[in-house]
Amino acid sequence: MNSIPANVAEKTLHDENEQQIPVAESPHSDADIVEGKTVGTPFADNAKFKLRDVEVFYGETRAIKNVSLDIASNEVIAFIGPSGCGKSTFLRCLNRMNDSIDICRVKGTLELDGQDIYDPRQDVVELRARVGMVFQKPNPFPKSIYDNVAYGPRIHGLANRKSDLDDIVESSLRKAGLWDEVKDRLDSTATGMSGGQQQRLCIARAIAVSPEVVLMDEPCSALDPIATAKVEELIAELSESYTIVIVTHSMQQAARVSHRTAYFHLGHLVEVNDTNTVFTSPEHQMTESYITGRFG
Amino acid sequence: MQPANLLLITLAFAAIAYGLGYFRSRTLAMPLGGIRHLKSLPFYYGARAALWCGIPALIVLALWAAFQGKVIQTLVIGSLPTELLPANEGEASLLLSKISNVATGALPKGFADPAIIEAADRLTYLREQSSLYMTVLVVAVATLAGFIAWLRIRPTLNARVQVEAMLKWIFFACAALAILTTIGIIFSVAFETLRFFHKVSFIDFFFGTQWSPQTALRADQVAAQGAFGMVPLFTGTLLISVIAMLVAVPVGLMSAIYLSEYARPRVRGIVKPMLEMLAGIPTVVYGFFAALTVAPFISDLAASFGISASSQSALAAGAVMGIMIIPFVSSLSDDVINAVPQSLRDGSLALGATQSETMKKVIFPAALPGIMGGILLAVSRAIGETMIVVMAAGLAANLTANPLETVTTVTVQIVTLLTGDQEFDSAKTLAAFALGAMLFLATLLLNIIALHIVRKYREQYD
Repeated sequence: MNSIPANVAEKTLHDENEQQIPVAESPHSDADIVEGKTVGTPFADNAKFKLRDVEVFYGETRAIKNVSLDIASNEVIAFIGPSGCGKSTFLRCLNRMNDSIDICRVKGTLELDGQDIYDPRQDVVELRARVGMVFQKPNPFPKSIYDNVAYGPRIHGLANRKSDLDDIVESSLRKAGLWDEVKDRLDSTATGMSGGQQQRLCIARAIAVSPEVVLMDEPCSALDPIATAKVEELIAELSESYTIVIVTHSMQQAARVSHRTAYFHLGHLVEVNDTNTVFTSPEHQMTESYITGRFG
Repeated sequence: MQPANLLLITLAFAAIAYGLGYFRSRTLAMPLGGIRHLKSLPFYYGARAALWCGIPALIVLALWAAFQGKVIQTLVIGSLPTELLPANEGEASLLLSKISNVATGALPKGFADPAIIEAADRLTYLREQSSLYMTVLVVAVATLAGFIAWLRIRPTLNARVQVEAMLKWIFFACAALAILTTIGIIFSVAFETLRFFHKVSFIDFFFGTQWSPQTALRADQVAAQGAFGMVPLFTGTLLISVIAMLVAVPVGLMSAIYLSEYARPRVRGIVKPMLEMLAGIPTVVYGFFAALTVAPFISDLAASFGISASSQSALAAGAVMGIMIIPFVSSLSDDVINAVPQSLRDGSLALGATQSETMKKVIFPAALPGIMGGILLAVSRAIGETMIVVMAAGLAANLTANPLETVTTVTVQIVTLLTGDQEFDSAKTLAAFALGAMLFLATLLLNIIALHIVRKYREQYD
């Protein structure tokens, strides 16, 4: 609780390393990036999240540098970029998961439906009920499959009767495409499932509290290609009812599932554009270098 | 030579064997082009030589030291003239101590039988011989085995595998030693307990509510008949342990939760060692703290409410004991709570659970086996604790559930039964073994129950 989670610590470390190493093999130097200036279409009309001049510090290290971005309702937006570019850190700002890291400070304006989520009066519990999250590694609770999905609804008092809870569990598992596989063993422990099933269970668990936004932090990085395909299919279906923000290292995945793609580099938001544009004719040279695999 | 000195010499031999083996393997390796042409690192050749040298010698030493006394005794007794031969075991041991006293000069020779003096001389002679043979044998075995091991070092010899295999057996022997000791204790207690039940009936012991173990030492002595009902002792133990756990479990568990989930690293760095310091305070200090500070305070407090409380009470002893065992609960629980993966916390927090909900519903069930382990350790400490109870709860075996009264516990009674001048086969002293056996069974039962609970309710996270 009090220490930096390993993945974040590692990323800050990466950040420092990358700043020290001159990007010799890159055709473009960091000088091409102008702080606070993002090419493409970072803003949207029907913004769910309105993020302005966001800066994140880990102690003295500035991990996110002056990022402004709108996340539209019911869109799937993918964050891509080399390791340590700050995309996970930025994602974790959106439901204040960074709160549990002592040395982490967030500056700037972050609004969800016009409401400042870093306002001291903001209830984190309510925020996280609206903005759910799926993690890199499947992390089901060591409880039964049923209890995993029912966990959120129970905490938030979403069901008055057992039958209501049963309905929520069933519909969440159906939405996650897991119902048919587990309906006969809802009482068996979730940790006995396969990795792909566990991750879909985590998605079911997240949507059981009917969030408006689902944050996904590299949800497929621990899965095999078949499980990955299932989760991607699921993301496409979920995008009808939820706003989805997905961090990914796989550019094919970003291209397959997202509507818009944001490219991060060393804490800067370099470019945001339609996914098509980003992968066919990126505006910024750094983006082009990254997606063509010249570095990263 | 004394076995202790021989032990040191054997270890020195093993060290020398290590050095010789190490250098021989290096010397053999050099013409081949370096130690990478050896099958194992030089360390393993050295270690193999040391083990070869040390282990057989130590086994010989241990066997000799264990059996020489018995063998010498038999030889000495056997050499006595027929009219002096002891009729039974008791006489034999008397006779032997007499001979031994003459041999060491504690009993002047003028007071003893010529036959005894002769036997004493024989004893001295045999002891010297035995010591000499033992020294020669151990040194010979160590040298010979070490030399063979040294001689057999070849670059193709896979010393690593052999050393690993030998180490496995050494570790096994250590584990077996602990188990054998336990079995030995169980048997010795069991036999004495059976002897006790020849003197006192099962029913009196298990269901008797009177405990006054004062019995007549001699037939003509005027004394109480003696009553051996264990009920008041076990209720006393139960009462004090329950009070101690009521203090230690909530406080320990919650401080563990605070330390692992809420405290900043700096606060944790200060608070945790200070909490653990509680375990380092000698129990006798807790004892007089309980007797001189807590017990009078409790009795004054009770008096101000108009309740009568004795100056020594179960509550005082239990409360202080509870404080003493807080670190057992808190330190172990803190460790297991910390071991629960961060990803589970994140998962719960991301669903909008508060920190305490996360604690209660996710972390606590996952950490349950470890927490139970800590609590069990604390319970066995509470049951076994003697000093605080002697000083703060008294010695009177009252059958009561009132924590403000004087009670006594099983362990305290065992101590009082076995201290002072005792006849060792009276019901009084044997009662100590019976109580010990019951205590052992009680803790065993407790362990089994706790294991069962853990197996039923734990949530295994990987």
